[in-house]
Amino acid sequence: MTPTSAPSTEEFLDLLRTMLLIRRVEERLRDDFHAGKLPGGVHLYIGQEAVAAGVCAHLNDDDWIASTHRGHGHFLAKGGDPKAMIAEIHGKETGICRGMGGSMHVADFSRGIIGANGIVGGGVGITVGAALAAQLENKGQVAVCFFGDGAANQGVFMEAMNVGALWKLPLVLICEHNGFSEFSPSDTVTAGDIADRPEAFDIPSTSVDGNDAIAVWEAASAAVDHARRGNGPSFVLATTYRTHGHNEGEVYWLSGTYRDNSEIEDWNRRDPIERLTRTLVERDICTLDEVGAMDREILDTVEDACAFAEASAVPSPDAVQDLMFFNQAP
Amino acid sequence: MAKKRLIQAINDALTEEMERDERVILFGEDVEISMFGDTVGLLDRFGPDRVRNTPICEATLSGMAVGAAAAGYRVILHMMFSNFIYTGFDAIANQMAKIRLMTGGQIMLPVTVIAGYGGGRSTAAQHSDTPYPALMNLGGINVAVPSTPADAAGLLKTAIRGNNPTFYLEAGGRGGQRGEVPDGDHLMPLGQAAIRRSGGDVTLVSVGAMMRPTLRAARALAADGIEAEVIDCRTLVPLDTETIKASVARTGRLVVVDEARDRCSAASHIAAVIAEESFHDLRAPVRRVTVPNIAMPYAPNVEKPLLPNPERIAEAAATLVQA
Ligand SMILES: Cc1ncc(C[n+]2csc(CCOP(=O)(O)OP(=O)(O)O)c2C)c(N)n1
Repeated sequence: MTPTSAPSTEEFLDLLRTMLLIRRVEERLRDDFHAGKLPGGVHLYIGQEAVAAGVCAHLNDDDWIASTHRGHGHFLAKGGDPKAMIAEIHGKETGICRGMGGSMHVADFSRGIIGANGIVGGGVGITVGAALAAQLENKGQVAVCFFGDGAANQGVFMEAMNVGALWKLPLVLICEHNGFSEFSPSDTVTAGDIADRPEAFDIPSTSVDGNDAIAVWEAASAAVDHARRGNGPSFVLATTYRTHGHNEGEVYWLSGTYRDNSEIEDWNRRDPIERLTRTLVERDICTLDEVGAMDREILDTVEDACAFAEASAVPSPDAVQDLMFFNQAP
Repeated sequence: MAKKRLIQAINDALTEEMERDERVILFGEDVEISMFGDTVGLLDRFGPDRVRNTPICEATLSGMAVGAAAAGYRVILHMMFSNFIYTGFDAIANQMAKIRLMTGGQIMLPVTVIAGYGGGRSTAAQHSDTPYPALMNLGGINVAVPSTPADAAGLLKTAIRGNNPTFYLEAGGRGGQRGEVPDGDHLMPLGQAAIRRSGGDVTLVSVGAMMRPTLRAARALAADGIEAEVIDCRTLVPLDTETIKASVARTGRLVVVDEARDRCSAASHIAAVIAEESFHDLRAPVRRVTVPNIAMPYAPNVEKPLLPNPERIAEAAATLVQA
């Protein structure tokens, strides 16, 4: 599959802005977590931002995405409100899920964000359902599923490819291969190349450098376009690296280590944000000063969002009574 | 009123609801040809966009029900035998039952899951389970267990029009039972038990298809001078505890008849509620007539006696009255 076009100047800048926003939000969440300000844990997406940003750049509000336990980046890239997300992670009533979901369940259906998911592979079947709905609506919507290389070993992945290909659903499968399935290096739990699996279903499969935002943008442009035109599912394997822990709290309770620091340093040198910044400066799309100004603006947004979250009230314990069922006592 | 077979009442209700609302879609394995006859003819009438055979992939199907409902459709998912609910249980337990709460009430999930349940026909252990206890415990899931053609139609229509996930369990092999179905748009609200027979000596609560053996037991008891009140739960979530409690207040005795395995059965739940809330009305211990904690065996002579039957029900009731 070939990309439909290259990013325009505006699209380049949006890509960078989205990635920076994700990074700054998560750095703050990292600090707040270690400072004991968050009631629950967080799985950070730091180092993988190019994937969420490069894919969601092609999506509209009425397209659907489902995500993973590592879902902040997808939420923000799809246009979710940072304030509402951060408040959610603080467990506040102003949170996007009224404080009922937390980090692993950030969702905003009004923006097509079906949400993060605490079940590895849990978003896969749901996305197939959303893709079926999109197909029936016949308005060119698509449904995109983000999932990890670990999730690719769940049986639903095969089921979803089969249904998706059989019914030619507007389904885009984005596998983020970040090197680990929890604490197991990927090659200790995964046989073969995941990108070969879709081929068995005649689903177009593309492998890209997931730290190269432009490469992701181009691959996603082709995949999303393929789905919008009614040509059925496609698959993108984005190879990237999770530079933070599986869970930010692991440093406090994990008894051993599962990777060398040199590996992390290696990947830090391939940081997707620095890389895109360099490219944009080289191509005269912007200057470093302009990136600095963009960054300061984002840091202000993050600061405001965190202040909002901290000042917000906690939800009423009675709120759960209305949430199990619609209009029905639990 | 028209006399209908139970399976026909279900088929008619599905047809009427799909006719009424074009956003109702139905999918599942072999729903086109229809294993139980409940979905027969729907494909011809509504076309392949709305009625679809799926591959065998329950883990994905239950997830799809959530996704399509979240994206604005009214989904009917046919799981065939209720044992296959277990294969699709992840998205039922982890998504369907919880996603509304987890997302702060952002969505409603108009999902109806149909499955046939229960033993007694030598379908062996993997095609005869009665899984409502597990479903009742999930929280965000309604459970309907209709026992008459009228209720089968009324509860199904309510489930499809409702905005919460509802498991609609059809008692396997009982589709041929006939009964009157009211004409027109017959809706039966969830959470209203039916008093099938009045009596002042003992309350017999039946779950789903246990209604018939329970009524037979009541007739046998009457021959011995014991008047039993028979209450059909109709739905387990929500459960009409008020009707059961009011009856126990009159009779002082309770027998619950349930074809789930004994441990943590629906009967256990009902017994616990009555023990907590109607203790002072009770003149005798609560009795449960259930299936032993055994997987359903194949050989008919071994399987049949495991299921509650009129004799066991009548005997349980009689011991309470004589105590
Ligand atoms: C069904 C299920 N099994 C196990 C877990 C525990 N768990 C959480 S994340 C994870 C690893 C997931 O790996 P991958 O899909 O590659 O995503 P990544 O964490 O690398 O982003 C595991 C095993 C879970 N949450 N859900």
